[in-house]
Amino acid sequence: MTENTPPINGDIHRDIRHDSAHKHVAGSADYIDDIPEKRDLLHVCLGQSSRAHARMKSLDLDDVRAAPGVVMVLTADDIPGRNDVSPFAGDDPLFAKDIVQFHGQSIFAVAAISRDQARRAAKLAKIDYEDYPAILTIDDAMAAKSYIEAPQCVKQGDSVAALKKAPIRRRGCFRVGGQDHFYLEGQIAMAEPKEDGDVHVWSSTQNPTEVQHLVAKVLNIPDNGVTVEVRRMGGGFGGKETHPSLFAAAAALVARKTGRTAKCRVDRDDDMIMTGKRHDFRIDYDVGFDSEGRILGLDLKLASRCGYSVDLSPAINDRAMFHSDNCYFLEHVTINSYRCRTNTVSNTAFRGFGGPQGMIAIERIMDVIAHGLSKDPLDVRMINLYGKTDRNITPYGMRIEDNIAPELIAELAETADYKNRRKEITAFNQANKYLTKALSLTPVKFGISFTALHLNQAGALIHIYSDGSVHLNHGGTEMGQGLFIKVAQVVANELQIDIDRIKISATTTDKVPNSSPTAASSGSDLNGMAALAAARTLKDRLTAFAENHYDCPSDQIIFRNNHIYLGDQKISFNQLVHQAYLGRISLSSTGFYKTPKIHYDRKTHKGRPFFYFSYGAAIAEVIIDLLTGENKILRVDILHDVGKSLNPAIDRGQIEGGFIQGAGWLTTEELVFDDKGVLRSHAPSTYKIPTSADRPAQMTINLWNGVNKEDTIHKSKAVGEPPLMLAIAVHSALTLAVANANSNKAEELSALNAPATAEEILSKLI
Amino acid sequence: MAQKNITLLLGGQPHEVINFDPTRTLLDYLRYDSARTGTKEGCGEGDCGACTVVIGTLKDGKLRFEAVNSCIIFLPTLDGKLLLTVEDLVHPDGSLHVIQRVIADLQGSQCGFCTPGFVMAIFAHIRSGGGAGLASINDALVGNLCRCTGYGPIIEAVRRAISEQVDDHLTALEETWIKQLAAMSSPDTLSLSWICPDTGKERHYSAPKTTAALTALYAAYPEATLLAGGTDVGLWVTKQLQSLNRLIYLGHITELSQITQSKTHIEIGAGVTFADAQPILSAHFPDLGEVIRRLGSSQIRNRATIGGNIANGSPIGDSMPVLIALNTELALQSVKGLRRIPLEDYFISYGRQDRIAGEFVAAIRIPLPKPDQYFRAYKISKRFDQDISAVCGAISVTLDDGLISSARVAYGGVAATPIRALNTENTLIGAKWNERTIQSAMSALKNDLSPISDMRASADYRLKVARNILFKAYIEYDTPLSQTRLIGDGAAE
Ligand SMILES: Cc1cc2nc3c(=O)[nH]c(=O)nc-3n(C[C@H](O)[C@H](O)[C@H](O)COP(=O)(O)OP(=O)(O)OC[C@H]3O[C@@H](n4cnc5c(N)ncnc54)[C@H](O)[C@@H]3O)c2cc1C
Ligand code: FES
Ligand code: FES
Repeated sequence: MTENTPPINGDIHRDIRHDSAHKHVAGSADYIDDIPEKRDLLHVCLGQSSRAHARMKSLDLDDVRAAPGVVMVLTADDIPGRNDVSPFAGDDPLFAKDIVQFHGQSIFAVAAISRDQARRAAKLAKIDYEDYPAILTIDDAMAAKSYIEAPQCVKQGDSVAALKKAPIRRRGCFRVGGQDHFYLEGQIAMAEPKEDGDVHVWSSTQNPTEVQHLVAKVLNIPDNGVTVEVRRMGGGFGGKETHPSLFAAAAALVARKTGRTAKCRVDRDDDMIMTGKRHDFRIDYDVGFDSEGRILGLDLKLASRCGYSVDLSPAINDRAMFHSDNCYFLEHVTINSYRCRTNTVSNTAFRGFGGPQGMIAIERIMDVIAHGLSKDPLDVRMINLYGKTDRNITPYGMRIEDNIAPELIAELAETADYKNRRKEITAFNQANKYLTKALSLTPVKFGISFTALHLNQAGALIHIYSDGSVHLNHGGTEMGQGLFIKVAQVVANELQIDIDRIKISATTTDKVPNSSPTAASSGSDLNGMAALAAARTLKDRLTAFAENHYDCPSDQIIFRNNHIYLGDQKISFNQLVHQAYLGRISLSSTGFYKTPKIHYDRKTHKGRPFFYFSYGAAIAEVIIDLLTGENKILRVDILHDVGKSLNPAIDRGQIEGGFIQGAGWLTTEELVFDDKGVLRSHAPSTYKIPTSADRPAQMTINLWNGVNKEDTIHKSKAVGEPPLMLAIAVHSALTLAVANANSNKAEELSALNAPATAEEILSKLI
Repeated sequence: MAQKNITLLLGGQPHEVINFDPTRTLLDYLRYDSARTGTKEGCGEGDCGACTVVIGTLKDGKLRFEAVNSCIIFLPTLDGKLLLTVEDLVHPDGSLHVIQRVIADLQGSQCGFCTPGFVMAIFAHIRSGGGAGLASINDALVGNLCRCTGYGPIIEAVRRAISEQVDDHLTALEETWIKQLAAMSSPDTLSLSWICPDTGKERHYSAPKTTAALTALYAAYPEATLLAGGTDVGLWVTKQLQSLNRLIYLGHITELSQITQSKTHIEIGAGVTFADAQPILSAHFPDLGEVIRRLGSSQIRNRATIGGNIANGSPIGDSMPVLIALNTELALQSVKGLRRIPLEDYFISYGRQDRIAGEFVAAIRIPLPKPDQYFRAYKISKRFDQDISAVCGAISVTLDDGLISSARVAYGGVAATPIRALNTENTLIGAKWNERTIQSAMSALKNDLSPISDMRASADYRLKVARNILFKAYIEYDTPLSQTRLIGDGAAE
């Protein structure tokens, strides 16, 4: 009877457009700055340090206070609670006191009638500094042994002995730059004072719970006095995981002190100067291999610039270590990781969370080996892949049980005609003196789960109202990635109602408490499962009610397409709900989920930190101009594994967007700090993310046909971060293009750094 | 008599703005004074396109739609214009405009913050007859940054919107708008004044309609800030927080926006935008056209004027080196009359130009290309589109039977002003046009250039690439069949 019913609208495993798409395009999707301003609203601007490392001998804010429109100026002395907005280490002051630790650090807040007045006033501070020596670069920090925590090491086998025995050995060093998130909506928070000294905070944050807790600590009130709300962000990418607390706390403090709503909308330049970025890395390798290119031993040194404070750097650098195997078996390996403390802004989460930097290390090594042996780099990659039943233990001791890299890579190479195109490129290069092409295939294997165990949990809350309409809430936040629509699909599928019956609502700490940040690609995995649990509870209650009320055995009750089939009877979902309400059934439920199987010992860096892996591979074809170093991506072919996708259209969007963002990181996006520690590229005029013209004219994206082996939400896989690393193919191809151009002139593969700007490429051409 | 108000068609409806700060940006006015929050701010400096709106101007009796960056446009420049924002595209019955619908359907929005800007840029592209080819679409879109989508679905949406193009509810209103705009135009200078409550100072804005009125006004107030497209001046306010208390706007002076061509030269008024100058300049000098194609974005080129680019005197402005190589003459005007100087003589030193009080840039004059003239120009920047040059270089030589009879070589980005490379020119003039000569010209270049290192490039790279583009110019002549370009016409694929 139910077999032939059509599926509901908005079912799982279907292309459903973003839930807010129709509002995005009409300009009617509200972001925080679009909320109508209260009449007496104050605008908050932060005063910044103009030194990288110094003691403030005096801080004279008289002119700031006297400036037109200024209502209040606040410094560290005005904080009733803790002067800290750090995720856990306690080392990110809301307002620096006495000592400033990076150029751009927040020192005070000024609240004024207009934003313009606040911005102008903030520039009037008179600060007398006594400069301290500043450690600015990775090399400076390494020399001074300046770290945010002790160096960490992951080890498997005996790399020292293996390297000694290896017939061929290569050493090298290269650098990988950082990356600004450049979410289109800058950091923003608005705080409204409530009775009892409470505050309601709208924050553009991936981490409402952390904002809530930090604001409470700053105000010295319990967590229950602060509610944090976010309907959507105009992009996050990791940049709104820890940094929003700074602006939210400043706005909340002003709101508390003045009794007026306060908004802190950060100017783009200030945003780029004051908030952390992707960590830049220095990578040193010493690799031994045989004549076929098989790695026998590897000694890898990863040093990253963490900035002045801890932030999330320990976990980010751990993830870098855990991804420097990528898809390859490293029997004898030592990975030493140095987390450098510098007098620069504290670097933070960014899509991939250290994974990309670890992965690019091993991909460079593959190219180095292939170059040394004059082999096709793809052959070297294939021979080093993890095995299915043996050669499948990662350096951190996890057995890989879901390895699909070999067949995925083979399929991509076949469909994208890798071998023939390599030949065509050789022919092109022979015929052309001033332009050179290259092609590269690189794979991705990305571990899914937070490495901090406790974060792998989620909650959801579902109400069914008596008319049958559904209200859905969970701890995950929407930053464009399509989390809300995916979770709504899960609920629609479970309750078998059309998706437009489900109201997607803002993430709010008073609905679902103690949520984890929406990060680590885990949004749908965690919140989808939690929402599923909540929906199941409600469905079970409705089923139990129907069993009684309609006198039908529960095994004959089927929810299908907005209806409930009870033996021969059929009633609408709305009818059942209404009856259930009259029958005094609770129509509200929470749901909870925690990821199974994972465990991990940070002392030894051993365990199973990841529930499963997401895979993918990309082929990039690039061209470089030998006279100018300019370069271009001509064609890209991607095959990516998202398990059994909840929403293939959304997933494709993540793949393409992630790839282009990764390509920007590795080509044109250059963060330039000067010798005083001042960020010189702090606006889109000087910091260049890809435009539409940088997208390769030919770009093919296919989804791998497979399901997740693990029991994830409807067998799907996480997709947020992994595709970014597909762009390593671009950097690899550029490295090979330089090698092609230098052929006969260079024995070693050139150590092309990232980003591979035109200047960087020209500098490597002989 | 100073007025207090301006009139525009906001969303197509006559709308007055009364007693306001003349340096209030259009974006702030829309978002905070008009509850039109669909238009977003992503950067406040013209570089991201989130604030894109469309201005309709009456030109030769027709409506012309242009995408612009509302974040760096001062509100009074909207006087007598039609203004459309993302909200206006939605049909009165609430249904989406075809452009909005296809973007939504094709997953062209993720976080959605960039989306309204894209919608408006695409609207302007389609309404001004823009094509469905990839290059044409990209030229219309590079001023809009999207950090989420990777652009593919948006590009596809443009194609789809063009192929589906149906008349929207706005088309029917155009006739009325044309009449209304015609009725709004006035030959008199618009003068506004406003008292800044913070400083108590009066802030003035005047928009003369004729050169004569401008000349008189500027003579009376030589300390005034001339405002053309405002793509530099706008940022003085939004980023440097300057208080500009007397503005003279040039955008309503038709005489300054004339392009004429004689037998010997092209004359372009200082107020001509790059968008308007591009067709004629690319027809005669394809590489100049290509440099202009890459100058800013379509939003910027719709506002930025050649006069502003030159007057600003920035060492990294793109038009100057190319125009200098083309032997361009600059016309400057004041109450004392008109004088003409070689463009290169205008730039005295960093931040200093040859302009007396009350004098403004009136026009440039570019000699038409001659049959024996060989000309090339190259813009080198970190990103191809919408980026300030690290180096912009141009060479123009006259070849007489294999001998170089005259040469002009000019660069931007390699000294404190745009410069002519005289030593280099001297090694070329009289020599044979061959690789040896080019090599010696390349070595001479170091005596002409004094590049610095900054966030765009190192001094070293600037010098190296300045040399190499000379070589490139040579090989493009010597072996015209060899592939040398990654972008633009004839790019390798
Ligand atoms: C996002 C962005 C991208 C850009 N990209 C580029 C680029 O790629 N290449 C490039 O070269 N430039 C670029 N620019 C800079 C800018 O667009 C140009 O310098 C532009 O040509 C300035 O013209 P305007 O009409 O906007 O001048 P305005 O900003 O109005 O004025 C600039 C200066 O010239 C003066 N002025 C204007 N007209 C006259 C006149 N007739 N007589 C005397 N003085 C006058 C003004 O008083 C002011 O000092 C970019 C700017 C932005 C915001
Ligand atoms: S806000 Fe970025 S261009 Fe206007
Ligand atoms: S959709 Fe997020 S920036 Fe374009």
